[in-house]
Amino acid sequence: MGAIPGEAAVARGSGPPDGRPRLGGDTLTGWLFSAPAVLLMSAFIILPFLLAFYFSFTNERLLAPPGRETQWVGLDNYIRVFENPRFWTALVNNITFAVIVVPLQTFFALFLAILVNQKLRGMVVFRTIFFMPITVVMAATAVIWIVLLNPKGLVNTFFEILTFGNFHPDWLGDPAYALAGIIMVSIWASVGFQMVILLAALQDVPESLYEAARLDGANTWQQFRHVTLPGIRNPLLFVLTITTILAFRLFDQVWIMPDRPGGPLDATRTLMVDIVDTGLNQQAVGRGSALSVIFLLIVLAVTIVQRRLVKQEGEIR
Amino acid sequence: MSATTKRPAGQGATLAEANASIRRQHLQRYVIAYGVLIVLALFFLFPIAFMVAGSFKADTSVIADSGSLRAFVPEPFVGLENFQQAAERGNFWISFRNSVIISAGIVFGGLVVNSLLGYALARVPFRGKGLLLAIVVALIIVPFETLAVPLLLMMAELGWTNTLHAQIVPFLAQPLYIFLFYSFFLGIPRELEEAARIDGAGPATVFFRIAAPLAKPAYAAAGILIFLASWGQYLWPVMVTRSIEARPLPLGIAEFQGLPPRDWGDIMAYAAMMVVPLLIVFIIFQRQFVRGVATTGLKG
Repeated sequence: MGAIPGEAAVARGSGPPDGRPRLGGDTLTGWLFSAPAVLLMSAFIILPFLLAFYFSFTNERLLAPPGRETQWVGLDNYIRVFENPRFWTALVNNITFAVIVVPLQTFFALFLAILVNQKLRGMVVFRTIFFMPITVVMAATAVIWIVLLNPKGLVNTFFEILTFGNFHPDWLGDPAYALAGIIMVSIWASVGFQMVILLAALQDVPESLYEAARLDGANTWQQFRHVTLPGIRNPLLFVLTITTILAFRLFDQVWIMPDRPGGPLDATRTLMVDIVDTGLNQQAVGRGSALSVIFLLIVLAVTIVQRRLVKQEGEIR
Repeated sequence: MSATTKRPAGQGATLAEANASIRRQHLQRYVIAYGVLIVLALFFLFPIAFMVAGSFKADTSVIADSGSLRAFVPEPFVGLENFQQAAERGNFWISFRNSVIISAGIVFGGLVVNSLLGYALARVPFRGKGLLLAIVVALIIVPFETLAVPLLLMMAELGWTNTLHAQIVPFLAQPLYIFLFYSFFLGIPRELEEAARIDGAGPATVFFRIAAPLAKPAYAAAGILIFLASWGQYLWPVMVTRSIEARPLPLGIAEFQGLPPRDWGDIMAYAAMMVVPLLIVFIIFQRQFVRGVATTGLKG
């Protein structure tokens, strides 16, 4: 036993630097360890990824009748997507959802994180409660909220008390309010996730910075503005990005909660509803793939913007 | 003399006053802080309380009472009748079995496959490693939603539609978790592994006996996140399943909710059966849950 640490030290000292192949056997070992994941990724991520691009230029169909040849159709699928008003309805709904939910939910999450970051008793209990909806499956959440959002439900009782009985919309039945209802559910269900990430970020800001700021006479707001915000900049950007991407992935709630998916009158139709509707219900794999590629480009754009902003921070330093 | 005795007395009085006012301020801040926290806690708890109460109520009363505080009182109390109905009419246990098989398969298979590649990338110097790492990192950004339609066609070609393995196998290898394991293994000191090597242990032994046990926190975090994602998956079952035999719980409750007669007591019982066990597990292990989400969140 006693000899092992010494030998390890010798081995470490004489070993070649990292990253250089040491033994012929290492390459075999490396690929044996990698093989299962590499094969699975190739078959179920890389292949469908390439197929999405390829199919988007063909008239490929799900369950095509025998003898039907798949043909190259160039940009036809993209043109048909862009000429379809329902695509634009879906895109506008996603953007509306993102524009409202991203700032609202991030602000709410930061507020919750600051609250449970106080040095008071029982904060773990409140953190647990605020995070709890994450463990409730979204489909179950959606079903429970169908009842809560019914015209005579608890949500309307709350708003009637607040407005002396003047505000009681049919959340899921009225096209003017359906997306607002979906927004409420979505924030309830997922704000705890953002809160936890921001809480970890808050706790990483060194206490000494706050002490220095207090010595300089900074008040609470100035401490927040000049210590907290810069200290959590990157996690905050990450939360904004991930919330934006999640806004474009919106599907479960809008498929389950209205009387028909994306309803009423397409008021909650999203890109994902469009993709499933096209690829599955209409079996138009070609057009569905074109939509998938468009969806990917949107997600990529959001991610690139975030990476840029994070990099700028690094350069300033 | 009188002046000198007065001054300390006067100071004492103002000090006491100042202390009292500070204490009042503190008390005020406590009351406000806890008041806000309790209101927020009610906001996050009321849908869950509503569901639990509804699962013991007569079906018609769930909607009839849905707008008042009576919504939280399980009256008229019907015992376990709603749960029986959810199990029988809703085929709860078939969906439950499917969900358990799917999630267990993805979690255990996924942990093995992803940690093996993560370990190889972090520790084994092999040809093609740099390229492989770059591919894994690039693939993290690709959302599943982009792959769903072509993947559905692949499933149809393979004859996998409406099966459980169509809901497991495509989700085993996940670039995000490969990267999580990769960065975790990079952070563990090498000494123990090298000592074992010198003792003549092969790479498999080193991995399973030394490295993997050291990476327990990474396995816990990844396991929790993979479980939550697979347990809640809704989009893919909508696309790839055709009948109850292959349907997991999220699809099960969505279908049951639309099935006439819409007995809301039964539906709430179905929801409670799928939600409450997980809530209890979460409350017991909340620290691990929160830490898992926070660490992976920051890495992404």
